[in-house]
Amino acid sequence: MDRNSPLQNAGAKGTAIGNVRGLGAAHEGAGHWLQQRFTAIGNLMAVSFLLISFILLPDYSYLTVHAWLSDLLPAFALALLIVSTFWHARLGLSVLIEDYVDDAGNKFAAKALLNIAIIAGAGFGLFSIARIALAGTL
Amino acid sequence: MAGRPLSPHLSIWKWGPHMLVSILHRVTGDGMATVGFGILLWWLGSLASGPLAYADFLAVMGSPVGIIVLVLISWAFFNHAASGIRHFVLDLGAGYELETNRRWSVATPIIGVALTILFWVAILLT
Repeated sequence: MDRNSPLQNAGAKGTAIGNVRGLGAAHEGAGHWLQQRFTAIGNLMAVSFLLISFILLPDYSYLTVHAWLSDLLPAFALALLIVSTFWHARLGLSVLIEDYVDDAGNKFAAKALLNIAIIAGAGFGLFSIARIALAGTL
Repeated sequence: MAGRPLSPHLSIWKWGPHMLVSILHRVTGDGMATVGFGILLWWLGSLASGPLAYADFLAVMGSPVGIIVLVLISWAFFNHAASGIRHFVLDLGAGYELETNRRWSVATPIIGVALTILFWVAILLT
């Protein structure tokens, strides 16, 4: 193969970068890193909405908070908050596992548990919001 | 372990503010992903379940210990957001000069605490 071929450089051997590529704790590339940043932007917007709402709510009684969350915009914003923050947390906790759980079997088990917890948690949050929103004003 | 040179870990570095910021970023993120999510889901679940369940939530989270936990969680968010925005700036390739990096490393946790105080003052005043 021609020494200057891009295929040559993209392989696992031959260049300095090729020798170390994939040796990080995650064994993969930039997709995770980008998703962490995309969801970070979503988190900043969604959590800001929630915190400003907490400041603006007149009180935290059941009737007040339930009525607020059954409106379209707050229910929509909180649903987005659940998706964005749980996705972000899944990425962050994956890195924690990659850094501190060395054994391959334990790493697989920890990541399997993490995925179940994230999907279950996000599902519960979205289902709760749907129930509040679809119940309408009491 | 791997039979190759590994990047040096905590024990080999002289401590600096950027190390504190890095560790706080991880601690606050993982704290929100565990304790914070637990409270968030309990809050939403109790609202969806009805007034009795929500009264239980308010009784616990409105207690002095509950308020302290909420303040800590809000601090975790503001600190994590401040160091996260610092990450975005570093991603642009800016802020690596030693003095600039140190200055923003010191500023990040201070901004986190300041925003937490501002938030709770706003909660109490309105």
